[in-house]
This record gives sequence, C-alpha cells and structure tokens, in this order.
Amino acid sequence: MPVTVKTFSNVGEAAAALSSDRGARYFGGGTLVMRALNEGDLSISSIVRAQDQALLRIDASGPRVTIGAGVTFARILAERDFAFLHAPARSIGGPAVRNMGTVGGNLFAPNPYGDFAVALLALDAVVSVQGGFGARDIPIEEFLQSRERQAGALVLSVSCQKPLAAEAFHYRKVARIKPKGGSVITLAAHLPVSSGRVLGARIALGSMAQTQVRAKAAERALEGRPLDASSITAAASAAVEGTSPADNALASGWYRREIVGVHLRRLLSGQK
Amino acid sequence: MAKTALQFRHNGRDVAIFVDGGTNLLVALRELIGDMTPKFGCGQGGCGACSVLIDGELHLSCLTLAESVAGRSVQTLDGIKDGPNLHPLQRAFADNFAAQCGYCTPGMLMAAKALLDRNPQPSREEVVEAISGNICRCTGYEPIINAVLAAASGRARA
Amino acid sequence: MLELRKDIFADERDDNLKEIGKGTQRQDMLGHVTGTSTYFDDHKLQGMLHLKVVRSTHSHARLRRIDTTEAERSAGVRRIIRAADIPRNLNTLLSLINFGKDDEPSLAVDKVRYKGEPIVAVVADSPREAYEAMEKVRVDYEPLPAVFDVEEALKSGAPVVNETYPKNTFTYYDVYDHQKLRFGDVERGLAGADHVLEQRYQMSPIEHAPTETNGSIAAPDTNGRYVVYTSTQALFFSVDTCAKILDVPSNTFHFIGGTVGGGFGGKVDTITEPLCILGAMLTGRPVRYVLGREEEMQYGPPRGAERIYIKDGVMRDGRIVARKVRAYFDSGAYTRLSSYAAVKCAAHLPGPYTIPNVYGDVYCVFTNRTPATAMRGFGVTAMDFAIECQMDKLAHLVGMDPMEFRILNAYRDGDMKAHRREAKNTALIECVQVAAEKAKWPLREEFRRASSRQGGGGERAAVSPTPRDARPQPAMASQQRTSYDRAPVATREPQPPPPPPSSPPRAPAAPSHGATRFSSVFGTRRR
Repeated sequence: MPVTVKTFSNVGEAAAALSSDRGARYFGGGTLVMRALNEGDLSISSIVRAQDQALLRIDASGPRVTIGAGVTFARILAERDFAFLHAPARSIGGPAVRNMGTVGGNLFAPNPYGDFAVALLALDAVVSVQGGFGARDIPIEEFLQSRERQAGALVLSVSCQKPLAAEAFHYRKVARIKPKGGSVITLAAHLPVSSGRVLGARIALGSMAQTQVRAKAAERALEGRPLDASSITAAASAAVEGTSPADNALASGWYRREIVGVHLRRLLSGQK
Repeated sequence: MAKTALQFRHNGRDVAIFVDGGTNLLVALRELIGDMTPKFGCGQGGCGACSVLIDGELHLSCLTLAESVAGRSVQTLDGIKDGPNLHPLQRAFADNFAAQCGYCTPGMLMAAKALLDRNPQPSREEVVEAISGNICRCTGYEPIINAVLAAASGRARA
Repeated sequence: MLELRKDIFADERDDNLKEIGKGTQRQDMLGHVTGTSTYFDDHKLQGMLHLKVVRSTHSHARLRRIDTTEAERSAGVRRIIRAADIPRNLNTLLSLINFGKDDEPSLAVDKVRYKGEPIVAVVADSPREAYEAMEKVRVDYEPLPAVFDVEEALKSGAPVVNETYPKNTFTYYDVYDHQKLRFGDVERGLAGADHVLEQRYQMSPIEHAPTETNGSIAAPDTNGRYVVYTSTQALFFSVDTCAKILDVPSNTFHFIGGTVGGGFGGKVDTITEPLCILGAMLTGRPVRYVLGREEEMQYGPPRGAERIYIKDGVMRDGRIVARKVRAYFDSGAYTRLSSYAAVKCAAHLPGPYTIPNVYGDVYCVFTNRTPATAMRGFGVTAMDFAIECQMDKLAHLVGMDPMEFRILNAYRDGDMKAHRREAKNTALIECVQVAAEKAKWPLREEFRRASSRQGGGGERAAVSPTPRDARPQPAMASQQRTSYDRAPVATREPQPPPPPPSSPPRAPAAPSHGATRFSSVFGTRRR
C-alpha cells in the first residue's frame, strides 16, 4: 500500500489526524520521515502535513524568543536576533539539510543527530504541543524524556529566554568529519553569571544517553561558584555522571565517557 | 490507491505528473519525468548526490516529498546549461579535473551553483562549507574546490 | 600540485613521449559535468519490477523452515525467489580461473553464515510492496554458535563456518591451509639480533562506501537474451559468473556497464546480477535490484579485517636481520577474493626492504562476518601499514632517524628479494629522499647521497641457507574443476593429474579456458 499523504491548512486538524492514527507521522522538513520511508519503514502508513503559517512564526524581539516548529536551520542562521543559536544551527548537516531540517523535527532526531535540541535543553526551552485535546506547554527536558510517547503530538513551537550575555552560552559539537558529520558528543552550557557567581547553570549533552540529557552533577559543581579553574575542573570530572552513552559507528560508549569531561573543560574554559 | 496530480516547473518548463503517496522528488524526477541527472546515493541526507534547487534553494530531492514542490520551481543539473554551452561551473569542473567517477558531480554542481548564485565571490572556506553536504568518494575535494573558485573568478572558459 | 621529478633516473627514460607526462582530458568528462554519463540505474524501463532480499538476522543459524505463503499473496508481488529456483546455487568468484571451491549460495539453503546473508528474494511492482512482502516471509532459525575472531576460528572445536572448508581456512593447492614464505633462517637471525621486537596489528573491515550503491537492472530482450545494466567493476567476470549460476551460455546476456559510480574493489563480487536476471527470467519483466545505503554499508563486502604479528630482529647499527610475520585475513563467511589477498600479502613480504632472513605464514580464515573482498591494494595495504608502523618502532628502538632507517634497509638494485627474484628498478631510497626534502626533514649527508643503484647486489644478492619445514603430503589433486567447465577446449597445458584415491569419485576433470593464462599467483600449479 502506498503511503497516504494528508495535508491540512491548520495545525488543529493536523494534530487531530495525527493523534487518531497510530501509523501517522508528522512530516516536517522530511529529513527524518522521508529517510525512514526510503529505508522501507512500514510502521509509517500515512504522513500528515500542515501548511499553517503559525508553524513558521518567529518572535525574536523580546527577551523570550519563540520559534515555530517548521522553521528551518537556514532561517535561524539568517536571523541576527538568533545569533546565540547560530553555532548549533550551523553544526547541523550541510547547506541542503539546513534548508530542509526544522527546529521541531530536531526534537525527534535520534542519536547521533538532534544537536539543536541539545542547545535548547541547555536554554531551558519550553515545547508547545498541540495534542488531541488542545495546546499545552511542556518543559523540554520532560518532552525529551517522554519523546517516544510524543509521536502522536504535533509540536507547534519552542520558546526560551535569550541568554542575558552572549558569553554565558557555550556550544560545541564534536564530530569526526568537519565541517559536517554526526555527533560523537554534543555539549551546550548556559551559565548565567550574577555578581561573579554562576546562577542557574544548565549543561546539556547529546549522544550521551538515549536522548539529550542534562549533566546535573556538573551543573551542581558550578552552581553558586565563580566560573574558574577549580569549578571547571569539578564540573568536568562530574560530567559523565548519570550518562549512559551507547556504542555506534562514530564512537564507542567508553570513548564518549572518556572525552565528555575533556570537552566540557575546553568548552567552559574557552579553549578551541 | 489514487495517485495525486502534481504540477511544478522543471528546469523552466511546466510539468504535470501523477505520484503515489509518499513518493520522493528524486523518484519523481528520475522515474516519472525522466531527468536522470540527480542521483540516488543514500536516501538519508548523507551524500548530496540527489541535490537540486527548489525555488533557488539547495534541497535533497531524496528527502523531499514530491507533493511539496507543487507550484514551485525545481532546477537540476539538466537545466543549467545555456543551450549547447556549458555553464561556467561545468566548464570549470571539466578543466580542473573535478570529476572522477562522476556520480557525485551533479549534486556537487548544484551545491556549487546554490553558493555562487547568492555569493559570486566566495572564499575557499565558503566553498568548503557549501559542498560540505556532498560526498565525493573518489576523494577529489581539492580539484572540486579549485573548480568552484575558478568558476567564481571567471578563470574558467565560459 | 603534481610535480614530476624528471631529474631522478633521467638516463633510464625517454621523455620524448606524446601522451605520458602530459595532461589529457578524460573522455567521460563531458558526460560527467552534464550529468549525461549513464550509470546502471539511469534506465527507465516499461513495467519494471523491484527486487529486494530477505536477509538473515543471525550470524550463524540453521534454517529450519522458510514460509513464503503469506508473502506470495501480498499485494503487488510478482514472484518470490527461493534457493531452489536458482539453477546452480553454489559458486565462488574465482572458480572462473579455477581457484578455490564453490562455497557460497546466492540464496542460503540449509544454513546462514553471516548476518545479512540473502535467504529469499521478493520481486514486486514497487519497492514499498516488496518491503511489505518481505515482512511476511517467515524464517525459522536455529541459532548456532558463531565465531568472529580469526584466531578463535582456527582453534579446535571452533564452530565450522563454511562446510566447504571445515578447518575454517582456505585450502591452497588442495593441501595447504596457508601461504608460506621461507627465505634464510629466521630463528637464527632473531637469535643473533641485538634487539627483537614483536608487535600485533589489528585492522577493522573497511567499507568502500561507493556513492552509487551496488545494483543492476535486467530486462528480457527481443531475441531471447537479457540486457543487463550493472554497476559491476568487472563486466566480463560478472557475465561469466551469472552464466554459471544461471546455467546458461554467457551469450545469453548483453551486459552494459563500465560507467561505475565508485567501486574501489567493492563492485567485483557480482552480488546483485544473478538474482536480478533470474527475476527477469521468472517474471518476463525488467527487474531492478539495487542495494539501499544501509544494505550497502552493512552487507556489501568490505575490505577484510586483518590481524598481523610481526617479529623483527635488528642490529644496533640499524640493519634488520630477520623478519617473521604471521597474518590472518578475515574472509568472512565465504571466500570471495580474500584467498587471493593472502597470496598477494605473502608475495609482498617483507616490504621493500632487504632482509636476509624472512619468514611468513599468511592465513585466509572464515568467520561469521560479512564476506570480505577486494579493495584498493588489498592484501598489501594492511600489511604495509603494519610493516611501516613496525619500521618506526624499530628505528626508535635503535635510536635512528626513521627516514634514515628506511634508507639503510631499503632494497637496492641487484639485491635478492625474499621471493628469490633479483630486485630491479628499485626507487624506495629516492622516494624517501624526496619525501624528506618536501617535509623539510633533515637527512645526514650519507643518506642524502644514497642511491638505489649503488651498494646493492654482492652479498645482498645471496640466498641464505633455508631450513625446510615439514611438508604436508604432496598434493595430488588438481585445482577444483566445476561442472561449469563442461565444454572441454584445447589447452596448451598438460592434463592435470587424476584426483587422489581418497577423494570421492567425481567426473573426470576437464580443463578450463582461462586456467593457462594465469600465473602462479592465482594458483595454477607450477612445480
């Protein structure tokens, strides 16, 4: 049976179609769903599209930014107000993938992908989801942890606070191929500093567990302390805590555990 | 299962086809329109061999739902020549030995065209970035980069 | 940028040539830059069907039962191809040149020997319908113990991977389980050395990852023949392989190929063509069988993994006096071309160096891994990696500069190589000198002045006394003759001797075409 394509003009109808059919998958930029179809994934019997301008909305004017789920990485890179997100956006794919892949889709991208979601996790983003019973906001951490169960929901947008200072946000993707390649590990850290002390530290890791995770032990090592050699060392040695990286073609789980602290140290101390 | 009617511009010409649900643009171009210039390399977004321009923007046709190009303009390598004359990029690729097996060449040329269309005088780093989604397994990146730079500088025979 | 160093060996060369040394445009360049070069998949044929294969989910298992009833009724299915549908469902690639025994089925019969081995082929109207039918094929496996390590596979009691080779080693000249090189007395050399260094090197399999995946399209022609568009790197080889497997004369096929989207050795195995043609024969329709990217990466044949042990004896002054090598080629579950790789490997020892005592044992071993095949210098590449790592370590051990250490040990014109052939036209010294110059690596005067044409021969041309190994019983059997060689043709080579009395009776061996054309490197016996 060919796949059924259902195209809707508004997100509500699309969300209803999505939640009523277990074989339905939302089709965003195509880099995940079309790939699955090309490899013969029979669990997808229909694809749902929404041609709703709401999904392309960008609100970058205030301190809190909102990005429609259908916004591509190329569009992020074209927005000066999103400068803090340029590094993660640029680290994804080549130009064609960035022209296609969307912010919403990245929330569902499995390892070794999903780098943008690592940045969003460090920024404490909120995911706005349209379910069968209306829209609701889910903290990104909770969303990622329950990702398997979110397949029937339609992501509308993500929002987060802009970092108060550009230097408070750090991002690094470790890949074997430059400038493009899957993630060996991906790190993002948001470390707002107030009166010389880190307050509200957030450190997120990609490819270090089944989904993107926070390095909470490393966050605790920095919380309330100045960002200096000793706190960075403490954070680096705690980075591996609570992670469960798997082996894949890019690296072994062992290797990931070995390097995560090294890269966190370099990231926080501004080394290349 | 009914097929879906689809109209779009293909290399400056209006075309109409009927597609099965879930058909990707690469299959539509190759099997329904007969334009064999975009190639299948991976079906995953990893190789760039199927790269085409959609409304001037670089896309991977193997990951593009055919229906999504309704009413839009698709350009492939088959559409970049000027009559019998090679496009400067094609000439530069030939002059600089920028093709070996030739399989990545159509996608590589489209990625290079996407770059030069918006940035006619790119730096070497910008060229590298522009073709970073295109894999050449005969490992001829250096001649490819040189060819794109040559085309940009007008050094290629037009 | 390309730089031709014409100053070196200038007197040995006539530079007044029309083509060599001058740039020439490729004849296929215009096709490449216009996208009009025609690859196998660039054919749109009326009514084309799509073939996909159900692959083993186990590395080693007995096949208890294969049920295709439901798959046959699946929408869009034109034909299910099972092992019994294949006229001659056992082959080895080099049987065409009488090297090795038929050991690999096109579709698994009683057993699967690697994860991903084809079991059943589905021919359907669309790829999606083929996938749907594949999911309905029921395969009942009885998992067997598997072996993934070359040395484990050689231990007694190891699982037998491939019953054609019950010791898990390829059989050379009907008796030998490895390739052997003996030159001088390596044990004496090691005993007399100032330092002995033994190291182990382990390679991983390497996927060629051609941008164009393996595939073919076969279509019935109007004259009872079949047109086959293929990605093969070895067109005539593939024609004959298909003729053998499908048991028809090779002129049944019109193979069209030559424009290959990257091969690197990974497209000689003829893995898609036989089933693709059979699909066209059984349905009367054009059939396309192309590997997806996951299939290509996981089940396309890689460069085989190799494990290499090198034990060298070196003198304080830097001279290597003994090199003892033990190497294992991981052939995977079937032979493909690793048997030949091991021959090349043995022929390459001890690298481009003059060493008076050399000893090599090279094994081609079967494991439950994806069958390995040719890739860019296979048989030599990994051994060279190991040897050159070893050279750096030896130089460090004796406190010498690694470049100078190589120049000191490099073979020179007139030296005796371990294969008892005189070294001629050697150029390693000059290569090292130019590399050092380019890298701005300082060489001492005597090494800058060294020349491949000086200092060779003399004592270095001697074959040192070589102790003989205990030999297995002299081989009596000839190379395997498959019944594919059923049409005897005149040959200049003497009839092979009759098979040994111990072997089961078989039809009188018929000489094959081709056998006489190949040298001892392929195993045509020369005694």
